[in-house]
Amino acid sequence: MEWLMWFTRFENSKPLALLIFFFTFCAILVYVYGSRKRSERLESYKHIPFQDD
Amino acid sequence: MASVAIGSGEQYNYDVVRKFTIMALIWGAVGMLVGVFIASELAWPFLNFDIPYITFGRLRPVHTGAVIFGFGGSALFATSYYVVQRTCQARLLSDGMASFTFWGWQAIIVLAALGDVMGYTQGREYAEMEWPIDLLIAVVWVAYAIVYIGTVMKRKEPHIYVANWFYLAFILATALLHIFNNLAIPVSLTQSYPLFAGAQDAMTQWWYGHNAVGFFLTAAFLGMMYYFVPKQAGRPIYSYRLSIVHFWGLAFMYMWAGAHHLHWTAIPDWTSTLAATFSIMLLMPSWGGMINGIMTMSGAWDKLRTDPILRFMIVALSFYGMSTFEGPMMSLKDVNALSHYTDWTIGHVHSGALGWVAMISFGALYHLLPKLWDTKMYSIKLINAHFWLATIGTLLYITAMWISGIMQGLMWRAYDDFGNLQYSFAESVAAMHPYYAMRALGGLVFLAGMVLMLYNCFMTIRQAKSVAAGGLAASAA
Repeated sequence: MEWLMWFTRFENSKPLALLIFFFTFCAILVYVYGSRKRSERLESYKHIPFQDD
Repeated sequence: MASVAIGSGEQYNYDVVRKFTIMALIWGAVGMLVGVFIASELAWPFLNFDIPYITFGRLRPVHTGAVIFGFGGSALFATSYYVVQRTCQARLLSDGMASFTFWGWQAIIVLAALGDVMGYTQGREYAEMEWPIDLLIAVVWVAYAIVYIGTVMKRKEPHIYVANWFYLAFILATALLHIFNNLAIPVSLTQSYPLFAGAQDAMTQWWYGHNAVGFFLTAAFLGMMYYFVPKQAGRPIYSYRLSIVHFWGLAFMYMWAGAHHLHWTAIPDWTSTLAATFSIMLLMPSWGGMINGIMTMSGAWDKLRTDPILRFMIVALSFYGMSTFEGPMMSLKDVNALSHYTDWTIGHVHSGALGWVAMISFGALYHLLPKLWDTKMYSIKLINAHFWLATIGTLLYITAMWISGIMQGLMWRAYDDFGNLQYSFAESVAAMHPYYAMRALGGLVFLAGMVLMLYNCFMTIRQAKSVAAGGLAASAA
């Protein structure tokens, strides 16, 4: 379990956290804007509030 | 997308929405009245009348409790129950539990106010209530979560509309914040000691305090914005994809920013820097959301000329943009060295609370009321008058606090040629007096608008009831 100690040092955990969050954010951006078909599907949801008019 | 036929309003539970709407209006007027009174106490201290129950220290949490949890909370319950039913095309999971959340929430507001006035407090900002009330809050909140999530789960529309995401984040984050901030060891029915101590306790409090702003006063009202701005404008939100990025950016970044309330204190320096960094980054999702809301008006700006409800919403978004620029700026350590402990902070909070939270709520409630009672608003002119009173009141308030706050900060740090402090504390208090009077006036103008709204809504409901009674009489004849 000694390897877990690596995470307790700020000089390790801070850049690791930065990388995790950065790539998660990039993944969300790719998901949202990466495909034209998916973009069209996502944009179609904006009409939901008007379905009950 | 599923296309499900919508029947009459009876397929939804509007009863609980109506109740929360009425209480939002009442708590708004009560909370703002107390606010104006305590602002006047600061300007003219004789208003204490040497009565301990109405001193600033006891009435201040009554004001914050009534406006945040009474007005804001009731408006959020009302709009969230309305939005989740309309966008999921499903009735609330349980009418009984929804009703319990209404009576439980109102009991909490009253008990908290009584506790504050009587002097029972945990001494935690925005969480003054002692442990028995905290337990009641937890029970009501869990019931709220069950009703809300249960309704989402039985939806007929396959996609969960983005407004519900914001409401869900608000419900989950508030539960988490409330429980951890109020961990305490009770020693009697009216007293307890916090589980944490020292700097850890301070960090817990501001993790709660800042995220109460982030999730209660921001995310939830953004949920309101994502439904009611498109509905009132009659056009869909500018970019649904931007709303997704907005949601995840905001939900992730807010949690780290709380320690900026504790710059230059005993907390570790890296915590302070981390909080400032995330506060600066928060500008991006915040402005993304603001732009998304405002750009919804693209191509229909002319509606602002004739629709005061839409004007409320767009001005609310403008204040949201302004205060989410000001907040990150104030979180910078060097700016904070000047601004902290001064009235600048009070001005910042109120540009968010009056300009953003109250104005978007006014817009949403004006949209909601005629739909709930199946009528038209009693007077559009009164809505217009309310809009101008609210805008002028907010501007007076925040301008007074900016001047007072920056002056305070500069006076406290001024040194003479010999290295002594140039001003005594009492001199800085005397210098603030005109601005305290100006702040009380700003609050009074804002309150006048709220009273107009109360009257307008009361007349709208009365008009709807008399039409309904007339209709029944006609059909009976």
